[in-house]
Amino acid sequence: MIRMPDAVEIAPGTHWIGALDPGLREFDIILKTANGTTYNSYCVRGDNGVAIIDTVKASHAEEFFKRLEQVARYDEITTIVLNHLEPDHSGALPELMRRAPQAKLYISTKGQLMLKALVKDSTLQYNVVETGDSVELGGRTLRFFNTPFLHWPDTQCTLVEQQGILFSGDVFGCHFCDARLFNDRVGDFRFSFEYYYQHIMRPFREYVLNALTLLEPLAPKLIAPAHGPILREAPLSYMQRYRQLAAPLLHNEIGSDNKSLLVFYISSYGNTARMAQAVAEGAESIPAVRVSLYDLQAGGNLPFVDLIEEADGIAFGSPTINGDAVKPVWDLLSSLAVIKVSDKLGAAFGSYGWSGEAINMIEDRLRGLKLRVPVKGVRARLIPTDEELEQCRDLGKQLAQHLTGNIERRVISMSQLLAQEPSHA
Amino acid sequence: MPKANVTFEKLGITVSVPAGTRLIEISEKVGASITYGCREGECGTCIMRIVSGMEHMSERSVLEDKVLQENMAGRSDRLACQAQVLGGDIVVKA
Repeated sequence: MIRMPDAVEIAPGTHWIGALDPGLREFDIILKTANGTTYNSYCVRGDNGVAIIDTVKASHAEEFFKRLEQVARYDEITTIVLNHLEPDHSGALPELMRRAPQAKLYISTKGQLMLKALVKDSTLQYNVVETGDSVELGGRTLRFFNTPFLHWPDTQCTLVEQQGILFSGDVFGCHFCDARLFNDRVGDFRFSFEYYYQHIMRPFREYVLNALTLLEPLAPKLIAPAHGPILREAPLSYMQRYRQLAAPLLHNEIGSDNKSLLVFYISSYGNTARMAQAVAEGAESIPAVRVSLYDLQAGGNLPFVDLIEEADGIAFGSPTINGDAVKPVWDLLSSLAVIKVSDKLGAAFGSYGWSGEAINMIEDRLRGLKLRVPVKGVRARLIPTDEELEQCRDLGKQLAQHLTGNIERRVISMSQLLAQEPSHA
Repeated sequence: MPKANVTFEKLGITVSVPAGTRLIEISEKVGASITYGCREGECGTCIMRIVSGMEHMSERSVLEDKVLQENMAGRSDRLACQAQVLGGDIVVKA
């Protein structure tokens, strides 16, 4: 691969001035990359001003300043835009502002808190911009589009109107380092693009769809993200791909007025399995609820994560072994960070030999993930009795009623609430 | 002792509580999704939307007000770990 020391013109008067980090293998703990990443920064020259769009990670500041100096003097810089304030984009900001003190900084409304937390300087001046706001550089207009939660609250995109260049921040980006920079020249980065979406954007897919509605009509001629290749060949196809990725994988057979409850279980001797069956039976007795039953011993986390993303409620059945729920349950419950689960309904149940802690532990985890856990879980010592299986059916029924909104509204006093087992009404 | 009725809209449950109870004490017990966070009014994790009955809630403290503002919360939002119910009927979105 060729090292590229110079700034690269991506359109007349507009340059890439970012940094290459080919040695990086793990980004922010959660992402792997087989060939590093880039921190993309851009310089836009107008008749009356020069704008810098995003900076780079502090460790790569020198490379960034070297490229910047090839295309602009610091005293020419009138405008600095941060589309996203994570340290890999804001790392060189303090030094850039020291070198170009006259430049005005533009961030989104929600960027303010992050800016203060990152740049510990209470005297720092900045301007807050919303969708539709613009900055004139003379023959070049920067227009801002607020695209929150892609993938932080502060994220925004910036369009150079006259050139149709969309500086998209992390959106449409990926961790892929190739000095040839442009998508029609670099190596095959398709897996990196998909992987980045799946790990970074997927939890926010509702926001992805909102952002696409805002950005698609702009029909940019070139998309310049903050990581990875610059998309100049068929840029709109990447927007289309985001729209596909943000939509459900398959057509959902049930209508939007129906609800989906998934019952996962794992069982050593068939006891928790019997309870799972009863939970499912109870839930099926309520119309307009689609119930699915899955054994965690088969299947695997990834398809289950896909299923959970689409579900309205999830119930987990686990035995208690040595005072804990079993590992396949925790494996799945620790794989949900890539999807949105808040506000779904959760529940737990299971058979146990001695103590039965698993149920409360699973419920705590579900609440920690911001699911609602409105119905007390069912525990059965070893082989569930008919009465305990009936409690399981009732659990399933109540969950289904909560899902359909047909819950019996209850009134309870605080003292009754406190007298019950922890965390349950 | 004066009582307040707090209704958790999504859960479909109304809890009758002594005046002065903090919202988080109730929300944890009924199985609402808000539990984690600092519980000291600093992190903003427990922001809760008050659907009605804000007039029956304790005034925002300086600290709560600051955290709510920093989190761009609306006028109907409160920190469950700070806001106390003082009486009457209160409906929360949880």
